[in-house]
Amino acid sequence: MNMLRALAFSFLFALAMPFSAALAQPVVADLSSHKVAITSSFTGEDIVLFGVREGSGDVIVVVRGPPQTRVVRQKERIAGIWVNRDEMAFSNVPGYYALAATRPLEEIADADFLAENQIGPDSLQFQIMGEGDPAAFEAFRAALIRSHQQDGLYAVGAGPVGYVGGTLFRTEFYLPAGAPVGTYSAVVYLLRDGEVVGFDTTPLFVTKAGLGRAVYDYAHDQPAAYGFLAVLLALIAGWASSMVYRRA
Amino acid sequence: MQIYLPIAEMSVNLFILLGMGSVVGFLSGMFGVGGGFLMTPFLIFMGVPAAVAVGTEANQIVAASLAGVMAHWRRGNVDFKMGGVMVVGGLAGSALGAWLFRELREQGQIDLVISVSFVVFLGLIGSLMLWESARVVLLSGSAAKRRKARRHYWVHGLPFKMRFHKSGLYISSLLPLGMGFLVGILASIMGVGGGFFLIPAMIYVLGMPTSVVVGTSLFQILFVTANVTVLHSVNNQTVDVLLALILLSGAVIGARFGTAVGAKLKGEHLRGLLALLVLGMAARMAARLLMTPQDMFTVSPLVGG
Repeated sequence: MNMLRALAFSFLFALAMPFSAALAQPVVADLSSHKVAITSSFTGEDIVLFGVREGSGDVIVVVRGPPQTRVVRQKERIAGIWVNRDEMAFSNVPGYYALAATRPLEEIADADFLAENQIGPDSLQFQIMGEGDPAAFEAFRAALIRSHQQDGLYAVGAGPVGYVGGTLFRTEFYLPAGAPVGTYSAVVYLLRDGEVVGFDTTPLFVTKAGLGRAVYDYAHDQPAAYGFLAVLLALIAGWASSMVYRRA
Repeated sequence: MQIYLPIAEMSVNLFILLGMGSVVGFLSGMFGVGGGFLMTPFLIFMGVPAAVAVGTEANQIVAASLAGVMAHWRRGNVDFKMGGVMVVGGLAGSALGAWLFRELREQGQIDLVISVSFVVFLGLIGSLMLWESARVVLLSGSAAKRRKARRHYWVHGLPFKMRFHKSGLYISSLLPLGMGFLVGILASIMGVGGGFFLIPAMIYVLGMPTSVVVGTSLFQILFVTANVTVLHSVNNQTVDVLLALILLSGAVIGARFGTAVGAKLKGEHLRGLLALLVLGMAARMAARLLMTPQDMFTVSPLVGG
């Protein structure tokens, strides 16, 4: 794996050097792989993002997963038992979010820029679905972010962006086993003196693959047929085990 | 070796699952119980979403109950007419249960209802079994003879009587119908076969001969859990076939050893051990409900509208 990465780097380096003086864009980035297949043996994967920048400046990398809807519920004690009471539903919740930068964000860019581009957990703009108590909004929002962080889905400031040589940079982010499927985007910003001088976007496709994918797709596309198949499989298994017993 | 479960959407150790399957298989072989009421809580404790634990366990019980029914059928221990009436009730009950399940899931209360149901049923059954086996052990000898099955005479006043030759009974069909219905609801919501409820009810309420009770209850459980599997697949997409097959493989191996060990232990000791185990599970479940959670908030996908 490291060999591969080193190769990819030297390849990029060789490509970049002759053109670096005349890049069409001030910053260009790419991923070690654009496709992640969640197979039956998937336990998470490291993705390397590398790129070239023109001149000096700071780099911010934001990786976002597909938008999802989530319900956050608050527990309350009723007759000694903890019960879900108040709830708030959010849409536009990135199923994955990773952030990395060459320096602490506040040293690189001003708050307006961060808020506008939804960079940093405080800037994520979830939308409330239906009615929600605005007073409780912050607590529910924080709980949602906390939950995703615990599941490894929101990796904020996980890997710093490092420089390799003068114009090359790289960072790593980790997709955990529970990462949602869908189209992700990695956006790289190049900032100089707090001003954006360029950005580049590159996609990442996370799909289920192999047996797991077949099972998942079938369960969601043909739920009734899936149910009958599940019963049939169980009947065959039960019959087979009964035969084994009788023989023994 | 980690394996990614496609419907539960989590990565778990294959050997832990196989081990769990064989432990539950061992216990069910040893005690002659179905195992759903042990496996579903185990899965929940492992972090499998409760809805997936229930749907998947129903699927697994289909296999286990078919194997059981075949064994009892060979020995002629299945009252198909009685079982058939209970199946009719069970299909209706499980349909109602599946509908309730979906409603509760949308309200965010399904985890609570599943946990409370387990605490109540495991606690009740565990206490009864413990009391029963303690009584037998303490009063060993003649005094410990099983009390005669208590007949509820009011049941003979009910209409729609039917003759059940195999069981030698002439009783109202409303009784097996209603029992099947109740067990159907339990199967849908808890992912259990419901033998722990059916078997005593068939003996004490219907007065069926013990020889046909287990085979007939398995016959009913087979159809009801098959129905539950299909309903949960359609309504909730929470049946993980891969997980069910892994658990099943473990269970087949475990049951083999469990039966051998069970044959060497005394009945009342067995029942006492099982009672302690069941009570332990109930306590563990209750602790989850009573202890202050680390985080007051939970996050889940939006279900339905």
